[in-house]
Amino acid sequence: MGQTISEKILAKASGNKDVCAGDFVDAEIDLAMSHDNTFLVSTIFNEIGVKNIWNPDKIVIVLDHRTPANTIKTAENHKRIRKFVKKQNITHLFDVGEGVCHQILPEKGFVSPGMLIVGSDSHTTTYGAVGAFGTGIGATDMAAVWITGKVWFKVPETLRFNVSGKLSRYVSAKDVILHIIGKIGVDGATYKACEFYGNVIENMSIDGRLCVSNQAMEMGTKAAIIPPDKKTVDYVTSKTNVKFNVVSSDEDATYEKTYDFDVSDIEPQIACPDKVDNVKPVSDIVGTEIHQAVLGSCTNGRLDDLAAAAEILKGKTISKNVRMIVVPASRLIYLAAVEHGYIQTFVNAGATIVNPGCGPCLGLHQGVLAEGECAISSTNRNFKGRMGSPDAQIYLGSPATVAASALKGKITDPRGVIE
Amino acid sequence: MIIKGRAIKYGDDINTDVIIPGRYLDLINSEELASHALEDLDPNFFTKFTKGDILVVGKNFGCGSSREQAAMCLKYAGVGALIAKSFARIFYRNAINQGLPIIESSEAVDAIISMDELEIDLYAATIRDKTKNLQFEIQPLPIFIQEILNDGGLICSLKKKLRC
Repeated sequence: MGQTISEKILAKASGNKDVCAGDFVDAEIDLAMSHDNTFLVSTIFNEIGVKNIWNPDKIVIVLDHRTPANTIKTAENHKRIRKFVKKQNITHLFDVGEGVCHQILPEKGFVSPGMLIVGSDSHTTTYGAVGAFGTGIGATDMAAVWITGKVWFKVPETLRFNVSGKLSRYVSAKDVILHIIGKIGVDGATYKACEFYGNVIENMSIDGRLCVSNQAMEMGTKAAIIPPDKKTVDYVTSKTNVKFNVVSSDEDATYEKTYDFDVSDIEPQIACPDKVDNVKPVSDIVGTEIHQAVLGSCTNGRLDDLAAAAEILKGKTISKNVRMIVVPASRLIYLAAVEHGYIQTFVNAGATIVNPGCGPCLGLHQGVLAEGECAISSTNRNFKGRMGSPDAQIYLGSPATVAASALKGKITDPRGVIE
Repeated sequence: MIIKGRAIKYGDDINTDVIIPGRYLDLINSEELASHALEDLDPNFFTKFTKGDILVVGKNFGCGSSREQAAMCLKYAGVGALIAKSFARIFYRNAINQGLPIIESSEAVDAIISMDELEIDLYAATIRDKTKNLQFEIQPLPIFIQEILNDGGLICSLKKKLRC
């Protein structure tokens, strides 16, 4: 019987010839990522009482959530992480300012097609954009991976998404995935893997695909895989010399359900407070006053995203009523944005640039919202209290929509801003 | 394992940010963490809650981030078990790893109201609503998950295995 990409990756990782949705497997992990919560993972690891970690080369630690440290407690936690990394000879630590984990891993060549990657972060699904099975686990599961190199999985059913059509100008990957989440719901893919096909996905850049696989977590998915093509292979081989085998699904693979989306006519999409599936076309809510505009995150802080926003803001000044915060997703992206003149555009427009990392997405620093304030953000969550006060409101939109809204001081359709 | 407690009921899609807001994630002390449980969902939670109470919730409980503190704060606060229509997958794993029993049953969630006296039997795979005199059959958890719960969570379970 034919197999999906997830079934093939999990079969190989668990030493089985084939596996079916519903099977429980013990799978060997190719790469384990953790971020600032490494302090919790290492505490649990120490409590279990094993001396050495399973494989110091297969663990990547990225400090991104609260960087540079925002409180003494955070600083202490970072200090403990650095000490642990040294003690255990962990090869790969990306410290303050390198960027957000879900950009660092693909950018530094840690991710290739067919890999099984776990991260102590829900948006580990991002690595599906280059054909890997990436999924989030908690801190105790991660400590167990550090000891055994393995984790149990229930092999997921797979949902197939065929996304076709011709996108309008200023309608981007973010709009496509928000549109899908709006239709499927925040638990529409819970416990399932997703595979994305169709000309819209094929035409997307790697930056766009990373956005799709990242944001798709907000429909509950376990893995959000985009079948590798030449674009994927070119991207991965430009980052690493490691050999890999592209894993594709079989023609007769079993999908629990197939969704067909024609996105030709969609407008820019907005996820309204405070659920990610509360998605509306921008025209339904244009004019909503905003106080903050956030461009960045593991979803939309990449070069394509900064370029789209810079195109809208070039030579213009944002509304005096708006704080615009720009967070490049990595140091390399920051440098490229400097070279392309995007950073100059943002600074001239009145935006504030903060260091690569998670920025204000988590509501801890670099732009926390007050009670009654409203933000538009290219990040991936609009939960109550996510970016500060539980009485603030968060709208999610594309980088172009964020830039256009910053310009006007209210939620704005980017298509109306550029002549 | 038999768990007895009163029901406290909440709705659908309760995310990890309202279970334990990001601002508390660097807390290590279990009592401190517990004191902020469900703070952004229901600031009056602790006026209703008594240790051992069972949370009865709608679909997709624990959606959002992988933060294990969401399961930890409920465990530390003394939540006896969780019954939901469905759980988000990372929360589901985290709850098991923390030794916090979790059960999926739409039927039970629809029937139970807050303050009903409940009794969950994980071996017999039943939930009994003693107030309403109703009984619900549930899908038994896989044996290896029941073992983790019996050991009190994955840390204890691993310690036990590694000693063997």
